[in-house]
Amino acid sequence: MDLKLHDLTTGYGRHTVSHNLNARLQTGLLTCLLGPNGSGKSTLLRTISGAQPPLSGTVTPTDSRTLSIVLTSRIDISHLRACDVVAMGRHPYTGYFGKPSPQDDDIIRQAMQTTGTLHLSHRNMTSLSDGEAQKVMIAKALAQQTPVILLDEPSAFLDFPSKVSLMLMMQDLAHNHGKTILLSTHDISLAIKTADTLWLMNADGTMHTGTPRQLIDTGHIATYLGDSSQYL
Amino acid sequence: MKQTLLVIILVILVITNIFVGSVHIPCTETLRILTGQDTGNNPSWTYIILHSRLPQMITALLCGAGLATAGLLLQTAFRNPLAGPSILGIDSGANMAVAIVVMFAGGTMTLMGTTLGGYLLVILAAMAGAMVIMLIIATLSTLLKSPVMLLVTGVMISYITSSLISLLQFHTTEHGLQAYTFWGMGGFTGVTMERLPIYATLMLASLIISILHIKPLDAILLGDAYAQNLGVDTRRMNRRLYLLAGLITATTTAFCGPITFIGLATPHIARLLCGTATHRILMPTTMILGAVISLTCNQLCTLPTSSTLPINTITPLFGAPVILWVILKRN
Repeated sequence: MDLKLHDLTTGYGRHTVSHNLNARLQTGLLTCLLGPNGSGKSTLLRTISGAQPPLSGTVTPTDSRTLSIVLTSRIDISHLRACDVVAMGRHPYTGYFGKPSPQDDDIIRQAMQTTGTLHLSHRNMTSLSDGEAQKVMIAKALAQQTPVILLDEPSAFLDFPSKVSLMLMMQDLAHNHGKTILLSTHDISLAIKTADTLWLMNADGTMHTGTPRQLIDTGHIATYLGDSSQYL
Repeated sequence: MKQTLLVIILVILVITNIFVGSVHIPCTETLRILTGQDTGNNPSWTYIILHSRLPQMITALLCGAGLATAGLLLQTAFRNPLAGPSILGIDSGANMAVAIVVMFAGGTMTLMGTTLGGYLLVILAAMAGAMVIMLIIATLSTLLKSPVMLLVTGVMISYITSSLISLLQFHTTEHGLQAYTFWGMGGFTGVTMERLPIYATLMLASLIISILHIKPLDAILLGDAYAQNLGVDTRRMNRRLYLLAGLITATTTAFCGPITFIGLATPHIARLLCGTATHRILMPTTMILGAVISLTCNQLCTLPTSSTLPINTITPLFGAPVILWVILKRN
């Protein structure tokens, strides 16, 4: 399922963060959202997920059965097991008390298998490493069975090998499971190597989109990196 | 399995709370009185069973289940293990409002005034007081991320309310002071057979409404953003949870006085027993465990042969160590 932004302006009250964004996320593609701190990546993700209303324009579609989210912050609740968290991904489908059916259980197990978290099922979320916790949240998003998955800086607290394996997992989910994925990141070199398309947000509230190749050729990546590009 | 064991313990406590007390009454007599085959041999025994032990047992059971549920609702809504009706100063808000109504506004010092009007006034005052503190805490909780800071805030609120209550006590009559102090110790004796239907209705309604919120409560554990994504209207839900926890705390405080620690400690013990924070399992366990703890405390209070102890002399003995354990475990 494609996700479309049409003349989208994001912000809070009178404060505009980004304006007149037009873009499309295509089915089966991994898109990385890049940009300096404060350029509005999180605000855009929050707006797309429906957590805050757009100032103008539209995002289609957004609801709990078409779009799931994975955030940076950890779940710090005692006695909350990994399998409980993944099971919550079934909430849009389960009955009044949220009890998973045998089919739901299969979907939950499948999601944990795909993310390599099945062995963590009965571990408490507080006892998991950052990378493990992140994968459990991705399993939750998979259990939600939404065509679109948004991830807000999922690799922020991970070590380098974990970052790479996370990006490869995202690539696999997009290419082989038909997911439409948008993830924000600061790891520009990893994004260039793994993403199918990039959304590059600028400090002035505009956004450039295209394949990594296109954005490099047009010089937008170089503009974003400035002097730091020599260290890449 | 563990839940079955808890239910068995609960049933045993329900029975002992009626059959065992400070006055010795033969089991056969008790059974006869309960089944309505009262021979009228000893009218005071009949009175003790039907008008003291029976309402006290039902009150203790509902109060324990209710306060434990309120604690669980607050811990989930604030995503804070140290949240609870008494620790956040919510019951001291209710306490103060009751004190104002009773001591300052010139209500008669039989605290649960004989008329329904006076009675309702106390409940409404307790409710209003609990809600005011609830709002203050809810506002502050968005600013204070640390559980310990929120705890300190609750303690500060309790200090402020208790200083205002002291002021009221200074200006009230001797009789008023005595009655208020006695009420402040907390107890299940205040709910007589005539008042029990109102109390039971309010508490049962709160418990049922709480059970109906099991699914959104789970989602709220993940935080507002995830909960919203799963289709929960978090603002509305949080408002409802505050209101519900406030209602339970206020009702209980109005009828039984401020009862400490059951609300805060019970959900933690229940989590340990269940091994999961999923409310579908945790909430019923918390309710049963709350009732078990409350009935145990009630039993312990009635055991001394001379008189009945105030309930708050017992509850901190098991509640305070649980809080210390939670704080130590977090470090």
